[in-house]
Amino acid sequence: MPAVSKGDGMRGLAVFISDIRNCKSKEAEIKRINKELANIRSKFKGDKALDGYSKKKYVCKLLFIFLLGHDIDFGHMEAVNLLSSNKYTEKQIGYLFISVLVNSNSELIRLINNAIKNDLSSRNPTFMCLALHCIANVGSREMAEAFAGEIPRILVAGDTMDSVKQSAALCLLRLYKTSPDLVLMGEWTSRVVHLLNDQHMGVVTAAISLITCLSQKNPDEFKTCVSLAVSRLSRIVSSASTDLQDYTYYFVPAPWLSCKLLRLLQCYPPPEDGAVKGRLVECLETILNKAQEPPKSKKVQHSNAKNAILFEAISLIIHYDSEPNLLVRACNQLGQFLQHRETNLRYLALESMCTLASSEFSHEAVKTHIETVINALKTERDVSVRQRAADLLYAMCDRSNAKQIVAEMLSYLETADYSIREEMVLKVAILAEKYAVDYSWYVDTILNLIRIAGDYVSEEVWYRVIQIVINRDDVQGYAAKTVFEALQAPACHENMVKVGGYILGEFGNLIAGDPRSSPLVQFNLLHSKFHLCSVPTRALLLSAYIKFINLFPETKSTIQEVLRSDSQIRNSDVELQQRAVEYLKLSSIASTDVLATVLEEMPPFPERESSILAKLKKKKGPGAVSVNELEEGKREGGELNGGGERGGDSSSTPSPSADLLGLRAGPPVTAAAPSAGSLLVDVFSEAGVNDDVPFLAVPACLFVCKNNGVLFENQLLQIGIKSEYRQNLGRMYLFYGNKTSVQFVTFTTTLNVQAKPVEPLIEGGAQVQQVINIECLTDFSDAPLLNIKFRYGGALQNLTLKLPVTINKFFQPTEMASHDFFQRWKQLSLPQQEAQKIFKANHAMDTEVLKAKLLGLGMALLENVDPNPENFVCAGVIQTKAQQVGSLLRLEPNAQAQMYRLTVRSSKDTVSKRLCELLAEQF
Amino acid sequence: MQFMLLFSRQGKLRLQKWYVPLSDKEKKKITRELVQTVLARKPKMCSFLEWRDLKIVYKRYASLYFCCAIEDQDNELITLEIIHRYVELLDKYFGSVCELDIIFNFEKAYFILDEFLLGGEAQETSKKNVLKAIEQADLLQEVRALATA
Repeated sequence: MPAVSKGDGMRGLAVFISDIRNCKSKEAEIKRINKELANIRSKFKGDKALDGYSKKKYVCKLLFIFLLGHDIDFGHMEAVNLLSSNKYTEKQIGYLFISVLVNSNSELIRLINNAIKNDLSSRNPTFMCLALHCIANVGSREMAEAFAGEIPRILVAGDTMDSVKQSAALCLLRLYKTSPDLVLMGEWTSRVVHLLNDQHMGVVTAAISLITCLSQKNPDEFKTCVSLAVSRLSRIVSSASTDLQDYTYYFVPAPWLSCKLLRLLQCYPPPEDGAVKGRLVECLETILNKAQEPPKSKKVQHSNAKNAILFEAISLIIHYDSEPNLLVRACNQLGQFLQHRETNLRYLALESMCTLASSEFSHEAVKTHIETVINALKTERDVSVRQRAADLLYAMCDRSNAKQIVAEMLSYLETADYSIREEMVLKVAILAEKYAVDYSWYVDTILNLIRIAGDYVSEEVWYRVIQIVINRDDVQGYAAKTVFEALQAPACHENMVKVGGYILGEFGNLIAGDPRSSPLVQFNLLHSKFHLCSVPTRALLLSAYIKFINLFPETKSTIQEVLRSDSQIRNSDVELQQRAVEYLKLSSIASTDVLATVLEEMPPFPERESSILAKLKKKKGPGAVSVNELEEGKREGGELNGGGERGGDSSSTPSPSADLLGLRAGPPVTAAAPSAGSLLVDVFSEAGVNDDVPFLAVPACLFVCKNNGVLFENQLLQIGIKSEYRQNLGRMYLFYGNKTSVQFVTFTTTLNVQAKPVEPLIEGGAQVQQVINIECLTDFSDAPLLNIKFRYGGALQNLTLKLPVTINKFFQPTEMASHDFFQRWKQLSLPQQEAQKIFKANHAMDTEVLKAKLLGLGMALLENVDPNPENFVCAGVIQTKAQQVGSLLRLEPNAQAQMYRLTVRSSKDTVSKRLCELLAEQF
Repeated sequence: MQFMLLFSRQGKLRLQKWYVPLSDKEKKKITRELVQTVLARKPKMCSFLEWRDLKIVYKRYASLYFCCAIEDQDNELITLEIIHRYVELLDKYFGSVCELDIIFNFEKAYFILDEFLLGGEAQETSKKNVLKAIEQADLLQEVRALATA
């Protein structure tokens, strides 16, 4: 081993670094650096040609300055010159500079690429590795363009040195990550996969990262790697700790390779081959067994390496989610780690158990650790570990333990770190809603949440509690009573005042019988908070007051007094002033009947995905909330806020009352109460219309080349479609699925062509089917329209959809030889018989996909007809009752320009034109 | 792995290796944020933390923090041992390495890292093989120096 300050040790560099270190202040440092930069600049510009050593030294100094965090705008050329030096260290420094300070200056990139090309073809393994390292470090698109073709060759060539293969594999991986379109494995695939069998462990270690990444993108092409990976893993797992020599790390055989093998297997489902699967299960069992053996070393490296493999194995077991025995063993192992003295292991065990909790096989086993996890939440000193514990409690929560978990989370909230409070609040709110069996518990929980962590309760949370109270009449009285009590606390959070104002405004009458909460007491309590609140809350309270006037005529004069006071009616805030003026006028002009109509109780809210869940997902990023959880949320949430009895009442017309909060996602009702009675209904009628439901209509053009799929979906309804065609006849099955838990009534569909009637009623969660028989009389271009009307929770829903019936559905494929095709093509030579379109590709130009689409179109795809093999030609006859229309088609892709030219010829001009239009949207 | 940072207890960056393309501005921002976060943690705390959508794995050796950012599906413990193996390599090469070795021979620290990790993945985990590659390079340089002398 050479001594330190190795080789030719650049003394000038060492002096410079010392100088910088000795600088007493930032200013001094900058001064010293500027002096050095000036010096280097003059050296580079000077007349005297610099020798390689000086150039290397100065480039190295520049690099050092850059790494200190200063900008460097010269020296690139000198670094590039170093690349072609025949001295190794000069070349090496040149490459390092380029790797760190890559510049997209095109002139330089060309020079750099040239130097790399020379080194790659030098057959000197050390130089080749340097060049490959540089490509891997820079990984730019220009480099991918220049070398993506060359590197696979180096990787699989028989005479390539092992070290070069290793660099080539990872170099290719980096290029694939930046420019997947440029790295084409094609013919090399099988040889790359077989690198898993390489004798050199280092080669396998490097190659497997590449294979894993490629497998994620093209699992089918690489699936032979599964059995190779299993046998490699099996050999490592069963080897003695000394077998693998230097690849054994603290008595653990090849930990990095083992982890990578287990990771690769997670790209695939469990092996289908029984023998392979058996071998793999054996490996996993061995790994689990080893975890129970006494450690071979006391060093933390030993246990880390061993447990790294164990955790990766557990990830694989969870990924398969099919071996109950292994899942439960994994869970028990993690359970031991939960109480381990190593913080790292406790952290990882909590994290890993979160995913185990979502498996049906291990959910119960995870639940047995609840006390330990609660304890972790209370006692862990590291906030990131506590966060994991909270996540796990959330994941293991179900109906059986919800009360306990929610209570623990609530009490933790009182002292929780500020950084995680908001997330905790959302979690508590979701769990409380999802697992509420009795709604008084739910209301208590949310009000507690507001009490404990009011600042972190977002609007979504308190909107939600109001929605639920409105939709459930069995909880309204309780909610009013509880919120009334909560408001009596001397200091209560503004969010509590909001909830209180809304709920008492709606349901204060339910507790007014008790003299302790008589109408006036309620009003005075609310009004005592008024002056401490922000403008939006005051606005809400004013609306609550006008609702009081309707609920309790005896409060009218008191409230009018308040509204009339200068602080209201002359308030400097326009919104408040307007409300005060209008409410005052409304209460004095309108008759009791009008008042009762305008201020009627809120109708139930339409069911939709919990906005809180959406918020948590947003906070945690996509993928953080599993699909599993979402569906469950929807299912169970349905029971809660569907409002069974009330929502299903089809006779209740949309109530034209004001939505005080604007909870319906429309603009908040600001101009709440115009003074003339006759206008009122118009202003409020908006409340009944369901225009806020986001929907996803699938464009009909998606069905040109396929016959089945989902035609339409929104929060309420899903429409699936299945169709078949023969000659000029077709049959279409429409499936109307009710996604809610409430029945749809007076469900009707009308088609501008004849259709069998559909069941007028769709139960919550149920699906009904409608069959439509179709006959094509003559060619057409407009699709039939389907109109759907139904009532959901009293609100009328109205949809109009285009049925995906297009002229091409009536194609009969016609096979013909090349000769016949061209003859017919010539016969259809009238200008109006041809339609042509040149258009940009909207999707990747994949031959197989194109073929599949053309076949889906219904014509025969003719092979060996067009002299250019890139082109596609098709032939078919459209069957209508009136006539048959022969059609020919030619599609010429131009991959370079990403364009297509489509030509259709048929015996009828309207058909050519329509087919051309339809198809141009498909590619 | 997305990147690796080495920094001192005073927050001075000693080595930075980025395996994903980022602008200089972004790199500086990330460095500043992470150095602050990690330095604020207490000694007995766990070596892993969530940061943005990444997982941070870090460990302190004497005055120097080694800090890696890995992706969601990556293995924390094996990353911790990647750090340790790198420290061992530096230690073997420099002979009981200290922060000063890395400051004055930063280019060597980069070369050793490139032999061990490439594109953010372990290239060669055998200590012997990595050091052999570095030694060969050093040897090559001496031979060349002799030849040109």
